[in-house]
Amino acid sequence: MREHIREFNKYSGLFWMITYRDVKVRYKQSLMGFMWAILMPVLVVISGIGVRYAYALAAHALLNKADVASVAVKALPWAFLVSSIRFSCNSLLSNKELVTKIYFPKEIFPLAAVMASLFDLFVASGALLIFLFAIHVGWSMQLMWVPLLLGTIVVFACGIGMIVSAAGLFFRDVKYIVEVLLTFGIFFTPVFYDTRMFGDKAKWLLLNPVAPILECLSACVTRQQPPDPLWIAYSLGFGMAALVGGYLFFKRLEPAFAENI
Amino acid sequence: MADVALRMEHVYKKFRKGEVFNSLRDLVPALTGRMFQRQDLAGHDQREFWALRDVSFEVKHGEAFGIIGHNGAGKSTILKILSRIMRPTKGSIVVNGRLSALLEVSAGFHPDLTGRENIFLNGTILGMNRREIESKLDQIISFSELEDFIDTPVKRYSSGMYARLGFSVAAHVDPEVLIVDEVLSVGDHMFQQRCMERMSSILKGGRTVLFVSHNLKAVSELCSRAMLLKKGEVAIISGTDSVVRHYLKDAQEPCAGDESKPVYISQVRVSDERGERSTFESGQTAWIDVEVTARERVQKLAVLLWLADERQYQIFQTSTEVLGHSRFCLHPGENYRCRFELSLNMGQGTFYLDVAIGRYDIQKVYDRKAPAATVFIRSTSAVRGVVNCFPKLVEAETVLDSRLQERRT
Repeated sequence: MREHIREFNKYSGLFWMITYRDVKVRYKQSLMGFMWAILMPVLVVISGIGVRYAYALAAHALLNKADVASVAVKALPWAFLVSSIRFSCNSLLSNKELVTKIYFPKEIFPLAAVMASLFDLFVASGALLIFLFAIHVGWSMQLMWVPLLLGTIVVFACGIGMIVSAAGLFFRDVKYIVEVLLTFGIFFTPVFYDTRMFGDKAKWLLLNPVAPILECLSACVTRQQPPDPLWIAYSLGFGMAALVGGYLFFKRLEPAFAENI
Repeated sequence: MADVALRMEHVYKKFRKGEVFNSLRDLVPALTGRMFQRQDLAGHDQREFWALRDVSFEVKHGEAFGIIGHNGAGKSTILKILSRIMRPTKGSIVVNGRLSALLEVSAGFHPDLTGRENIFLNGTILGMNRREIESKLDQIISFSELEDFIDTPVKRYSSGMYARLGFSVAAHVDPEVLIVDEVLSVGDHMFQQRCMERMSSILKGGRTVLFVSHNLKAVSELCSRAMLLKKGEVAIISGTDSVVRHYLKDAQEPCAGDESKPVYISQVRVSDERGERSTFESGQTAWIDVEVTARERVQKLAVLLWLADERQYQIFQTSTEVLGHSRFCLHPGENYRCRFELSLNMGQGTFYLDVAIGRYDIQKVYDRKAPAATVFIRSTSAVRGVVNCFPKLVEAETVLDSRLQERRT
């Protein structure tokens, strides 16, 4: 494994080049260009606010500022996760020529796909910051947690990305399964709702490794409360397991890629 | 051991042919189908085939090694194994030094990026770092002759431009070991010429090159040693000349010819005083021995000889009759032998020798071999073109134009 990592290091220039290509190519020949990186999460946030409004109506309560902010804060990482998994799932298949013709560590493809999605997240985060500032959400030292939380979700995305890209190369079914899971995943993940709404059943929802990350993000950005370190550790553990497991899985299958694509 | 750049030892590679399961939906019926047909297990083995069988060879540092063989002989599989894209089923490989494989020069191109961006992308894929590419960028662009289109997305390129840009990037990679597969067949004649020159200059720089091509001329010009592959097995490893000859002999149909032919050409040999060969220096004398065998009684025969260039354009013709040997008559079981002597005053290139036996008076050709043999001509760089006119520079000086002189005074 150490040897693999040394080799990846040797090809780091290529990794950034492929990332650059993916970012650059993503919105080519589209009128909106990079605006899409902002527009997509904006659409998710708008629909999330719609859902929250419906909750509020049903509970005969008013939609407050914190709820809106929380939806916005959670929608972005979720959109990142969805796009990076979807994108990396196709990354090997859409680079068929390179997979079968030229040698280099192939994990570059799914990882670059995650990086390109991360770039989109940063662009969108800029817009989010303006939005949060505009609706006067305060800030506190709790924001220090944000890099760790984002790091956790990136690690998780990398792991899952490697697994689905390698598996999808052998069986095209994986692509469809992933699509379905990503589409319905939003119902099982607290993006449009808070786990607190479920009272003592909340911990069952938090078992979904993505849920604690989103809840903690929302806690430290919109409510200025310290996140629960135990749940962070739980997610981080899951993320690291996905990363290491995904990497080993990917490397094990890699020699057979060229023949089976 | 240290001077070995590439080595393959008893390499085997197995492929499955026929259906490959790309989705679970395909897999399930196939598996149940197999359950109900137990006796089909023997057939299961037939679906595997060996693309390479016991292939061993080594290439020394600074050597140019060629691999030739018909389609499906396993050439590309060897390159893919050496460049670690595939793993051999059995056997081992050794690679010493930074290896770069030009299997598909435009593989890394992205249609939406401009030519310039693709140079960076493809250069990185082929193993150059950013600084290296920046320093060679102008060279690469001018080599490709695409200065005017370099900031156009490559999806707007013609396929020739696409391939030219690909080769230009590839030709400027600076590896210790270079693996080349059929990349020289891009672009027009001029561009190919420059590709060849570039390849030979890479070779002169002491690089190790493994070269795979159908272009026998290119192989024989670039490589000193070669290997002939036949259905995944090594047929011969030797000097390029003898390997090429072996390959060409292989390609010929068996000499007995069609049963219906009353006379047929039973043998054609190209040689000089040192024996049978296929490569000659420009201007050298070659002997062409033709043997004709008769099945029936045929009258008024003549042996005809043509030379054609690479594009099958006839550049020369002769026959026993025009050379003064009268028409001859053959009885069943009789052989006729003749030897032509030709001065090969052609320029560098590949030429095809066609032989026919026929009758002039009724314009009938009984048997024809095209090509009966292939000859490669080598010449000095002073001669370019189809023929060698043995140029000499007799006089050269600078003279002032008299009209200009008047105007000046």
